Amino acid sequence: MDIYQFVTGPLAWASFAVFFVGVIVRVALYVRGLDWQLDRVAYTEFKVLGIKGAIRSIVCWLLPFGTRSWRYYPFFTLIFFTFHIGLLFTPVFLEAHNILMKERFGFGIWTISGATADFLTLSVMVAAVFLVLRRIALPEVRILTKAYDYLVLAIAVAPFLTGYLAAHHIGHYQFWLIAHIVAGEIMLVAIPFTKLSHFVLFFMSRMQIGMDFGIKRGGAKNKKGMAW
Amino acid sequence: MAQGELCNRKKVDTLEHLQALLNDTNGKKYYEEMNALDVDTELLWNTIRKTLKEKARIRTWLEICAHCGMCADSCFLYLANNRDPEQVPSYKIQSTLGELVKRKGQVDNAFMQMVMDTAWSKCTCCNRCGTYCPFGIDMGIMFSYVRGLCFQQGFVPWEMKIGSGMHRVFRAQMDVTTEDWVDTCEWMAEEYEEDYPGLVIPIEKVGADIMYTVNAREPKHYPEDLAEAAVLFHIAGEDWTVPKEGWEETSLAMFAGDWEACKLQVESVYDAMRRLKAKRMVVTECGHAYRATVVEGPYWAGLKSGQTPIPSFHYVEWVAEALRTGKLKIDPAKKIKEPVTLQDSCNYIRNAGLADYTREIMSYIAEDFREMSPCREHNFCCGGGGGFNGIGRYRKQRNIGLTVKRDQILATGAKLVIAPCHNCWDAIRDLEEEFEIGIRWSFLKPLLLKMVIIPDHMKPPEE
Repeated sequence: MDIYQFVTGPLAWASFAVFFVGVIVRVALYVRGLDWQLDRVAYTEFKVLGIKGAIRSIVCWLLPFGTRSWRYYPFFTLIFFTFHIGLLFTPVFLEAHNILMKERFGFGIWTISGATADFLTLSVMVAAVFLVLRRIALPEVRILTKAYDYLVLAIAVAPFLTGYLAAHHIGHYQFWLIAHIVAGEIMLVAIPFTKLSHFVLFFMSRMQIGMDFGIKRGGAKNKKGMAW
Repeated sequence: MAQGELCNRKKVDTLEHLQALLNDTNGKKYYEEMNALDVDTELLWNTIRKTLKEKARIRTWLEICAHCGMCADSCFLYLANNRDPEQVPSYKIQSTLGELVKRKGQVDNAFMQMVMDTAWSKCTCCNRCGTYCPFGIDMGIMFSYVRGLCFQQGFVPWEMKIGSGMHRVFRAQMDVTTEDWVDTCEWMAEEYEEDYPGLVIPIEKVGADIMYTVNAREPKHYPEDLAEAAVLFHIAGEDWTVPKEGWEETSLAMFAGDWEACKLQVESVYDAMRRLKAKRMVVTECGHAYRATVVEGPYWAGLKSGQTPIPSFHYVEWVAEALRTGKLKIDPAKKIKEPVTLQDSCNYIRNAGLADYTREIMSYIAEDFREMSPCREHNFCCGGGGGFNGIGRYRKQRNIGLTVKRDQILATGAKLVIAPCHNCWDAIRDLEEEFEIGIRWSFLKPLLLKMVIIPDHMKPPEE
């Protein structure tokens, strides 16, 4: 078995397994770790209020400029959404990935054009540069930043950089292709074990605080729900 | 393990212990002893393990915080301190609780004192940051938790130790005994009876529509507040009562992080609710009291519904209802004509969703109502919440914190600030003393009393 076969074969399977099992475990542990008395939220007693609060909390924060906080930092919001939309959208709808899926599993989904993929990929990288510059430039972000934050960012951006170089045959194609695959696999494995777990835990945490504010806090007696 | 005579891990359960603390002027000896207080690292780590490591919310929050800094501008203390990066909420929690977890509780005295200073002088648990974080990470909740850890270890500001002790000994934040309370009610009813014939403060009446509860400072320092409440209930024709015991809503124990005392305190109120079987409870113009007894209290008491034994309402809800239904009518000629602004208490606005009720009240009583910016759920803490007002050790930091509210008030152009919350009222009074910006401040009750139409049959007979 050559290296290409290895990284696209057993290593790919292993990383997907770690990723899926990992995120499911993280979600399960989160739910199991909720405690109505310690969190001081009557989760089960007010299911409808809780669900309403949770949905409102998630939806408002998924919309660019959907919350007062997003509107307060317009430039950061723009970078943030550019980064995350590109990060999630590109790998799923990329034609090359779907061709692979068709070959392996016999099905693919709707795909984006090469130009769109390039645009999104470059957007992710440009946004990442701004995220780094922001960390260095702003004292309130600099004080929070650790080497780990850069590492996590690097793990997220590496598949895009290597993928772009490979797709455009810049440098040694075979090298960048393998680097791209490995980088993608590192990211998959890193998701359950690092800050990248916010990939799923964002939804869990937002849901929980949404229930908190919906059941007993700012959204409880406010007919419109919490004003995020 | 070394513990001081006054500064220690012991709970203040006796009058003697409480008195010893009170005799220590400004906590001089207390803070000296604190320098020699050992950290019970085993207890600390065991508590963290049971309440945090095994539980999802706070653990996840510490882990996923992306260090984006979006919480920075949400914090009034960050803004008030020239955007000092050390006042960024995320930094404050990572450098305290984050470190405690990372070091598995293996910390020393100096570290715990730093944690104490941060928990009480750099966070008022106003929960504003929690509404600005994309992940919904609520540093206010985490600092309440940190306060609990500090309290357990004896690293708690002197006034907070006394405050929680008061609740343990007197079931009130001040040394108001049952006799004092009953006397005050009777005295106030007598004082005002001449102007409002038939006025009574019914004590311990079973089956009334409203059970009214107060902040201990009212009977202790401004009993006229109680009289004003009685007069307004009287004019509104309410069937109401106050309990003989369980009349105190506040919880300095909550500010102190003494969860056991919190439970003792709210249970005294819930017992009164069950005993008097009123249809509903109305609490005075206090923010943290409402939060302690109505919002958080049921959980401390182990009530799975998260609800008080009878439905509970803040004073602003009652006033809005009384004005809406015509139980209280405002004389249009006496409405507030000058520009007036309103302080939103974090505890019943952001933490209970009552912003609309206060606006409804303003629509009845003010002709030129001016909103602060930001307001409602996005308001800034008055600058004195979470116990900040009452801690001598942090007076300087508290006064700096007041500047954000000062500037918000100045920007409205109003000279009158309505503050239906004791802490906010205090903070605004103090900021006027400190900065002399020429404002007045008031609870709702005295303003309403000046404006409300008194039915003829309730007026004293003319001589």
